Amino acid sequence: MEQPQPPFRILPRVNERNRHFWTGGERGELCFLRCRSCGTYIHPPTPICPSDHAKDLAPEAVSGRATIASFTINHQPWMPGPELPYVVAIVEIEEDPTVRLTTNIVGCKPSEVYVGMPVEVVFERHGDAEGDVWIPLFRPRGNGK
Amino acid sequence: MSVSAVAQDIVERKACITGIGQSDIGRRLHRDPLELTLDACLAAIEDAGLTTDEIDGLSTYPGISMAPAGFSGAGAVDVHDALRLKLGWCDSGIETSGQLGSVIKACLAVGAGLARHVLCFRSVWEGTAQGKGGRQGIGAEGGSSYRASGPLEWTLPFAAPSAAVWIAMFAQRHFHQYGTTREQLAQIVLNARRNAGVNPKAIYREPMSMDDYFAARMIAEPFCLFDCDVPCDGGTAVVISHVDTARDRKKPVVRIQAVGTALRGRPSWDQFDDLSTMATRDAGAHLWTRTDLKPSDVDLVELYDGFSFLALSWLEALGFCKVGEGGPFIEGGTRIAREGELPLNTHGGQLSAGRLHGYGFLHEACVQLRGEGGERQVPGDPEVAVAAAGGGNTCGCLLLTR
Repeated sequence: MEQPQPPFRILPRVNERNRHFWTGGERGELCFLRCRSCGTYIHPPTPICPSDHAKDLAPEAVSGRATIASFTINHQPWMPGPELPYVVAIVEIEEDPTVRLTTNIVGCKPSEVYVGMPVEVVFERHGDAEGDVWIPLFRPRGNGK
Repeated sequence: MSVSAVAQDIVERKACITGIGQSDIGRRLHRDPLELTLDACLAAIEDAGLTTDEIDGLSTYPGISMAPAGFSGAGAVDVHDALRLKLGWCDSGIETSGQLGSVIKACLAVGAGLARHVLCFRSVWEGTAQGKGGRQGIGAEGGSSYRASGPLEWTLPFAAPSAAVWIAMFAQRHFHQYGTTREQLAQIVLNARRNAGVNPKAIYREPMSMDDYFAARMIAEPFCLFDCDVPCDGGTAVVISHVDTARDRKKPVVRIQAVGTALRGRPSWDQFDDLSTMATRDAGAHLWTRTDLKPSDVDLVELYDGFSFLALSWLEALGFCKVGEGGPFIEGGTRIAREGELPLNTHGGQLSAGRLHGYGFLHEACVQLRGEGGERQVPGDPEVAVAAAGGGNTCGCLLLTR
């Protein structure tokens, strides 16, 4: 992929509530909790649906396609991480633009990133003694210029 | 001031600010943070003409906190015990309407009769605690086996450990949507520096030009170093008293006309419904539902500038201009200058006077309304001011009169 040696990342602590999100990448799937009665995508995951308060929720894979709602080119070495400068972005998923993710944009130069850019998910695998996680990053989609 | 028919129901009007105090302030003072805190508290009590025996309420933000380093100089328990206070009411915490939520809660406690004189304080020692190694990210100090959970779970894995990064994305969205420019945003920074030049306690006082601004290294675009506030050491305190006690005070009191606490959007950096506004939108609008005063009545504003864009966001949220028009509103800097029609951050803000984290703005609003600004006093005998703190996913504001 873009970076053969993934950069250092602080990993998320996986629990029963978020496991689908952080491990869906093992199957190449970006997964969100979804309410089976009203269809609402729920992020971050909660035990009840915020729309109808139902508890019948299940993880569901989405397309992985998204649009950049905003971004910043980060120049500050806050901690070990991706090579500077790197892009932090907020993306809106195709299935429901009110569901957003803070993420990194990879696979292009920071100067090529723009608000409204179509992107798609790509996973970066990390692991330690606690187990493996798949961090969802996004790269430009098709010839989305 | 006009008295509304609903004034009886606006409980914060039963409270007023009777004393203000501040410790020494410096980039790195290497002093005991509790000492700085107590210096500020005792100065505020003295300023109100009170003694520690008369303080029966205590409120602070955020309370005892271990991270990031130096974020809290003392908890309520430290001050309660050190001053041997005898309290009818005590409160502290970070989940409130921004840093000034602690002051707003004190107003409610006074209005509810739980206390007569509430000591409110906020102290920081981030300058000394974080040392020379540069500003720390939130959660970045965890070590190799650390894993992120809670809200940070959604940002730390993406090397986004700072509000600089999160707020830069709000600014970028605003730039995209409304054509706001770095030249416009720079006016928040340059204005703060001009005002800091006549504030003897400000951290950075040397003049700054537009060229200096554009020569600074980038942090998170569109923010350069000068768009970010400066960590420092220092404490600030105010005494919130019942208005019935006002006539016994040493100095004219500052009255609280209204507060804004609303947060109708999701309490989240990235899930908030409108990425070109922030929590400021709701608290700012809320404020004007509790008063007959209008934005045009306001003589000066002290608006949180932990990052420059937050002050611009507050100007829009409080209705001084429309959403999206903040850039043209501050363009050229004359309108927000000390002699302008809406003086902004007359002490230098957190950008130049130091990151006292919210309380510095309230303190300065009181200084100006009392006419104690000295060389930096706003002309024209100002009567109405707004002090606002926070932004992003939590904030609060107060409308003050004398």
